[in-house]
Amino acid sequence: MKATILIRPKSGILDPQGLAVETGLGHLGFNVQNAHVGRLVELDVSANDEADARAQIERMCEQLLANPLIESYEIVVEAAA
Amino acid sequence: MSDALRPAISVVVFPGSNDDRDTELALTHLGADASRLWHSEERLPANTAAVVLPGGFSYGDYLRCGAIARFSPVMRDVVRFANEGGLVLGICNGFQILTEAGLLPGVLRQNSTLEFQCQDVDLVVERTDTAFTSRCSPGDRLSIPVKNGEGCWFADPELLAEAEAEGLIALRYAPGTNPNGAIADVAGVISTSGNVFGLMPHPEHAVDPVLGSTDGAKILGSLVDAARSAAFATA
Repeated sequence: MKATILIRPKSGILDPQGLAVETGLGHLGFNVQNAHVGRLVELDVSANDEADARAQIERMCEQLLANPLIESYEIVVEAAA
Repeated sequence: MSDALRPAISVVVFPGSNDDRDTELALTHLGADASRLWHSEERLPANTAAVVLPGGFSYGDYLRCGAIARFSPVMRDVVRFANEGGLVLGICNGFQILTEAGLLPGVLRQNSTLEFQCQDVDLVVERTDTAFTSRCSPGDRLSIPVKNGEGCWFADPELLAEAEAEGLIALRYAPGTNPNGAIADVAGVISTSGNVFGLMPHPEHAVDPVLGSTDGAKILGSLVDAARSAAFATA
């Protein structure tokens, strides 16, 4: 089962990467605010159904993919084709 | 020094560690029987009196710095060793690994300056009653270099208050000199049990006058003293 995990810096926490990107875009003439840089993880997970996939990925996020002190995550599971 | 008095200290080498030789050399000069240990070893040597996780860029800092190294085979034994009261020191990347492994509170984030910081910093020793700072005197200021891109220690307000209340902040950047935006100027954190310590500055780079400072010897020397006591206590 294909899944995508979006990992973002928690809101309210200083995000130097986002700030650097925002400044860079400003130099290019774009008027942007609130730029944040996170991570995207794509994977295929062996699971019985979507709920099982989600439950497994939750554990992956808690144990490795995200650091709950500073990051939040969002799980998108694609239905099997 | 008689070899019999040299406590065995293992310096773990991860793929991407790069301060392991300096650390081994500094510890040896300070009286330890230091040796490097490849991360794929399943066990620490039986006579290990202390473990050091050195600086570097283990696993290329993939995902988050320190996040992958904690799964190295040897780390299971390092965690066991720490949980049994063994002395564990993490320097820079080693500190990052210890927070990711849950042995120390908080997390190390990208420097708020957006820049890699490589400079001598002034440090205030907050605790002199630990295995890692016993050679320091209360109020000591140490000059030790930092070199990192992700040295900004972070904890949410609750965790910070807890760490402060328990006296876990053993080392801080001197007021006005915080190089990376670390919350509460935190440069080094000790575990509640007092046997695990992590710091961003590199004491191994400040152990000889030719390096500009010998203040790092106070940290590593304290560890060697404590490791020696531990080795004899169990001998």
